[in-house]
Amino acid sequence: MIPAAFDYARPSTVEEALQVIAEGGDDVKVLAGGQSLIPVMRLRLAAPELVVDLTRIPELRGVREDGDALVVGAMTTHSDVLTDPLLARYGQLLVQATETVADRQVRHRGTFGGALAHADPAGDLPAVALALDAEFVLAGPSGRRTVPATEFFVDYLTTALEEGELLVEIRLPKLGEDWGVRYEKFNRVAQAWSIVAVAAAVRREGGRIAEARIGLTNMGSTPLRATATEQALLGADVSLEAVTAAAALAADGTSPSSDLNAQADYRQHLARVLTRRALAAATGL
Amino acid sequence: MTQITVRVDGQSYSDDVEPRTLLVHYLREQLGKVGTVVGCDTSNCGACTVHLDGEAVKSCTVLAVQADGGTVTTIEGIADGGTLHPMQKAFHDMHGLQCGFCTPGMIMASIDLVGDNPDPSEDEVREGIEGNLCRCTGYQNIVRAVQQAAAEMRGASTGAPSTTEAVAQS
Ligand SMILES: Cc1cc2nc3c(=O)[nH]c(=O)nc-3n(C[C@H](O)[C@H](O)[C@H](O)COP(=O)(O)OP(=O)(O)OC[C@H]3O[C@@H](n4cnc5c(N)ncnc54)[C@H](O)[C@@H]3O)c2cc1C
Ligand code: FES
Ligand code: FES
Repeated sequence: MIPAAFDYARPSTVEEALQVIAEGGDDVKVLAGGQSLIPVMRLRLAAPELVVDLTRIPELRGVREDGDALVVGAMTTHSDVLTDPLLARYGQLLVQATETVADRQVRHRGTFGGALAHADPAGDLPAVALALDAEFVLAGPSGRRTVPATEFFVDYLTTALEEGELLVEIRLPKLGEDWGVRYEKFNRVAQAWSIVAVAAAVRREGGRIAEARIGLTNMGSTPLRATATEQALLGADVSLEAVTAAAALAADGTSPSSDLNAQADYRQHLARVLTRRALAAATGL
Repeated sequence: MTQITVRVDGQSYSDDVEPRTLLVHYLREQLGKVGTVVGCDTSNCGACTVHLDGEAVKSCTVLAVQADGGTVTTIEGIADGGTLHPMQKAFHDMHGLQCGFCTPGMIMASIDLVGDNPDPSEDEVREGIEGNLCRCTGYQNIVRAVQQAAAEMRGASTGAPSTTEAVAQS
């Protein structure tokens, strides 16, 4: 099918985009990589009157350093992420997760910002952003504001983005050499969404775990942190016993959905197993 | 209607399109380039794969207006006159197709893959074309074809995958 008719705007700056959106009425959709939006419009599940295409706004694309942070432009594509030298050095968790997203054609168009704004519970990148305590910079008619990841993901396909607002950049902490990371994903076939996945980042000091951050994909209507596991790991020895004991808590407090791919209890089982694998790999065990 | 200017398979076109026109429909219906096909409604099958500004994309998931000012290469633009592209020739030689419906997309995705990775292992080929579905071949001969073409495109003399690399990557 082809989408229902719409008007099309292609601004070249963020300012111009905000203005077009503000003047566009109630039924405006922002187009990033289009890899979620265009299929939805083809199926006529969305039929906006105006589509505002962000692909020709250079200021939204690319990765830069800002002190201890990496700043990733919302329109940085998945394939940009895979080839960026700063992310190769300080952003391996995002790189590993992005490698598992879709297929090379989709990764050429799809964007980091689009995947976060879409907020699909099965999407791989929201859990990474949550695990890393990313900050989301949103631009609106009245200026810019910064929202922490814990407040950005509100519900199923719902974020803190207000009408008329754009996600412009995402700030991630630089993870240095004392951090180990791993994205463990379980899915049934190629180019498929996660049934469950786990994003883990662990900082070691000597033989002990000084800090652990664990994000869960598809264990609820938003990405989640495995808080009980994180706490159990604080100060723990880097050993298979300690990691296995902490991973057993990974599904605590979650209520994942049941669907064609997996029942809720199976998802909880997967979360524990994948957390153990991710932690073992991240700590070099 | 919006006016777009696009270079497709080495020729420039200026046309009026509706913003909702998908790139694949522009190619097929306005330019008559029916070598590129549509196999699904969900951006999954990859049959519609073309190169936009040098990168493989699913042309059913790009608007024609988004190609404005850009360069598109389709399956119809890769042969050199009467000489098949090495990837086309390898699909023919290795029986990498049965009904042929997935083939244009398979070939365009594979050329893109080999551009990034000139000597892909079997696993790397399978992952590299994960966005393309074939209902007929079971993929075995497609993987062989991609590896043979990669060898030819590197200028090597044999189609066999290099075993040292396969061992190093397993
Ligand atoms: C075959 C296929 C397989 C896939 N497999 C996976 C997978 O395994 N894992 C995975 O994580 N994803 C997968 N995806 C989704 C892919 O990652 C998409 O790229 C992503 O979900 C959306 O990014 P986009 O840039 O294409 O956004 P779009 O489709 O352009 O937009 C998505 C939504 O976000 C809004 N939006 C986009 N950018 C902004 C912004 N800057 N500010 C405000 N709102 C914005 C849009 O209005 C729209 O509602 C798959 C997609 C396909 C087609
Ligand atoms: S027609 Fe199936 S992915 Fe484009
Ligand atoms: S040859 Fe028939 S779909 Fe691939």
